[in-house]
Amino acid sequence: MKNKSMFSPLKAWKYLVKEPVTIPKKMVFDEPREASDNYRGFHVNDWDKCVGCGTCGEICPTNAITMLPIEGLVESDGHKPERPAIDYGRCSFCALCVDICTSDSLAMSKEYIHISKDADTFYFLPDSKGIHQVEFDIAYNRDEVSELLDLNRYEIEEIPHEGRNQSFMELIKGYSKEMALAEASRCVECGVCTFTCPAHMNIPEYIRSVWQGDLKEGADWLYETNPLSNVCGRICTHKCETACVLGQRGEPVAIRWLKRYIVDNTPEGDFVEAATAKVSRQINGRVGIIGSGPAGLSCGYYLRTMGYEVDIYEEKELPGGVIRYGAPEYRLPEASVKADIDNIEKSGVKFITGTKVGRDISLEAMKNKYDAVFSASGYWIPKVLKIDNKDHPGIRFSPHFLAEARDFTRGMGPMPQFHEDVIVIGGGDVSFDVARTLNRFQRMKNGRANVRFIARKPEEHLAASREEVVEAKEEGVVYHLDRSPTAVLLDEKGTIYGVEVALCETVMDESGRAKTVCSEEKEIIYGTEVYMAVGNDPDFVYFPEAMLSRLKIDRNKIAVNQQGQVEGFPWLFAGGDIVRGPDIISAVADGHKAAVGIDEYLMSLK
Amino acid sequence: MKEVKLFLGPQHPGMHGNYSAHMYVEGDMINKSYALPGMLHRGFEKLMERRHWMGNLALIPRICVIEPDPNEMVYAMSIEKLAGIEVPERAHWIRMIILELARLAANLMAIGGIGAPVGLYTSVYWGVADRDLVLDIFEKITGARVYHMYIVPGGVRKDLPEGIEEEILGLLDYIEARLPEFYDLVMRSPIFQTRTRDNILLPEEVVWELGVTGIGMRSAVNKEYDIRKVKPYARYDQVAFSLPYGPYSDAFTRVDFKYVEMAQSISIIRQSIEKMPKEGPVRARIATGSALRWRVPPGMVYSCVESARGEYGYLVVSDGREMPYRIAVRGSSYPQGLLGVEKYLPGHRIDDASLWMDTMGVCAPEIDR
Repeated sequence: MKNKSMFSPLKAWKYLVKEPVTIPKKMVFDEPREASDNYRGFHVNDWDKCVGCGTCGEICPTNAITMLPIEGLVESDGHKPERPAIDYGRCSFCALCVDICTSDSLAMSKEYIHISKDADTFYFLPDSKGIHQVEFDIAYNRDEVSELLDLNRYEIEEIPHEGRNQSFMELIKGYSKEMALAEASRCVECGVCTFTCPAHMNIPEYIRSVWQGDLKEGADWLYETNPLSNVCGRICTHKCETACVLGQRGEPVAIRWLKRYIVDNTPEGDFVEAATAKVSRQINGRVGIIGSGPAGLSCGYYLRTMGYEVDIYEEKELPGGVIRYGAPEYRLPEASVKADIDNIEKSGVKFITGTKVGRDISLEAMKNKYDAVFSASGYWIPKVLKIDNKDHPGIRFSPHFLAEARDFTRGMGPMPQFHEDVIVIGGGDVSFDVARTLNRFQRMKNGRANVRFIARKPEEHLAASREEVVEAKEEGVVYHLDRSPTAVLLDEKGTIYGVEVALCETVMDESGRAKTVCSEEKEIIYGTEVYMAVGNDPDFVYFPEAMLSRLKIDRNKIAVNQQGQVEGFPWLFAGGDIVRGPDIISAVADGHKAAVGIDEYLMSLK
Repeated sequence: MKEVKLFLGPQHPGMHGNYSAHMYVEGDMINKSYALPGMLHRGFEKLMERRHWMGNLALIPRICVIEPDPNEMVYAMSIEKLAGIEVPERAHWIRMIILELARLAANLMAIGGIGAPVGLYTSVYWGVADRDLVLDIFEKITGARVYHMYIVPGGVRKDLPEGIEEEILGLLDYIEARLPEFYDLVMRSPIFQTRTRDNILLPEEVVWELGVTGIGMRSAVNKEYDIRKVKPYARYDQVAFSLPYGPYSDAFTRVDFKYVEMAQSISIIRQSIEKMPKEGPVRARIATGSALRWRVPPGMVYSCVESARGEYGYLVVSDGREMPYRIAVRGSSYPQGLLGVEKYLPGHRIDDASLWMDTMGVCAPEIDR
């Protein structure tokens, strides 16, 4: 290669008229260039969208994000009163926090200059305005490609839809190991579910156990707060899933099915050990419990872990209450109920069945026999709609019918009697239980079914869970929605031939609440037997008159303090439906709280 | 004459990164030297064992500042191999564009930067300024100028922004037009030639002895050994390019090869933009669930790519958990940067020490990882 010619310096002259390649200071500080549309600058966080789940802090590879409690924010279902604060001494601007944000609130702006001698200013709590409270355009944001969450549920296996309405076989088969691991891996462990769950179950912990394949540990976690996981793994109202932060942008984690996966797949020995490991010797006192439903069972079990002798009184032949005499077999198989109750029995709880408090033993006698009494007698008296001919003996009610059905499916009784054309009035989960059970019975006996379902509200406003509404329709229950029953119609011989209904319409009022208005227009729905499932009332007959007058009862609910202690009667605790209204997981929570309350009360006496 | 001990680095403009060479000099001849790494030890490899597979994305580009993308690429390739993931076609091409842009940026920095040890500072400004234009493109595609965190296991993090292809082609035209100017300024400069010709030789035996790869190897052993050619990854087997090689490696040849390779990078990017599917997925999921719980099946793989400095590889070991069990980095300048400094830097003059570091392609974080 030749070296440069002697004229080569002349070439350099052309650079005199070219723009300099260096950047003047002014462009750095006074008029900085605008960052690109995708720039990963300082964070911005939309506080209205942010739910405080802390997932951004979990993924942060530099631990730059701390969740700060914010004064004025209140913890509520699906929301934590915390917001992420970012330490720019650590932040590497990788934007993984943005990619994984569950609520779509976190993003990065085009702002990129912050100069200060005060190190504290580099630690800041982003809101929608950014570090200097000057609005900048949002730059880097998550899209479907950079998504780091798994927004879709892994489907749980069900029995074939074909023919499922002809047997009481359980509809849900459950997760396979592979699917359970996949579903568990979706969890971000934020824990908002724990706050919402009435029993405050350690949900992230047991989901982690599933994910790590340690089912024994999972079972241990379940028994920390809920001795009825078999039951709740099947028919819980899963408020936790409504709160789950993944539900913000996708489908919530199938928490209920994962709990069910643990109980279904933990080896029996491990499961029993998880249940009985914490049970203590009977040294602290004796407690009597009225009713062996979820609240009674839960209270009894936790009292056993605290060293109390526990007797549970049950009117019926088998312990369990609503879980044994309410929920139908296809949703809650007998074996599952038995597994839970057997474990509670193994913990040392004594069941005194066939004994009704108020009839076979008085409350007074119980007070004398035990150091404390927990009442969880439940709702067993059916409500009656105030319509014409409501007292006709041909009208049947859900508690009795469902109990008969359960006895039949577990081989302890005959198939209940029913007509060929039946009408079910309701709208809640229980009315669907009745309708779907009748539908099955009819098909099993007659090969055909005619179940007509009447409710005041349209499909989307029914109190029942969505899956009930969809599945009942699939199974062949005929809906007459937006119709309010006004009379049970009788022919001249006095037998039922139908129900007269008024046509209704449900509209949203100004405050966004659904309001149902019924017109004068009527129609007749034909059927020879009517089943009412419009809710139940408690039976407080076992309270002595003098006591009943001193109890504070508001709309069928007894007033108790935080720990379930009945006002004015320190020895008496109450929980479950009679305190909170019907809900299994709330009853479990009540039982646990009352057990703690009873322990504190009795210890305070010593 | 008395022997004096001199420190080149860690705080020295002629040193590449926070790295130190202790030299025993007599007059201006280096008699003895040894490398002293550890100045910027951040324990990358160990840290990676405590981060989620996805969280490591923030760490890995930092192992090489000048050309971070090969880190992301080998990390992604390893995980894809372990998990048996098929990368979408479009993502392969986007990755190639990114890798070649990174090589272009690194070579611009090298050609410009060589001005510093030879005393030709104009080229430093030119090199850095033109590299900045490449970084502008990176900023638009990835959201960051230097640490892109863009090539992710399973593909790339986001699709290309609209219209970026034209911008890249425009930039390539500009750089292509600039190349002769660089050639005039640097390669034909008498100062540069005097300092680099027949200086800092890298004989073939030393290549084999130390395990030097990349331009150092190609210029010494007269073979077109390049991972892109001998073990193609992404879609390098579908583009045409040729690499310079020769039997005589002095500092001048090695810088000259970088200059030639820039034109090759430009050609590869143009071919990629032309051949790339215009739409389609750009990322495949590596596992089920949220990124906090991505698991990679157990196994051990070594993946390597050709960085601007030579073979760059990661050995990744997974035991099936949500974090790596072990990651070992094969930095391409490790052999010459650590062993070479001790064995082959002596015998050169003090003022050539920086030139030695530069043309041998020493990158301190690769040694200190």
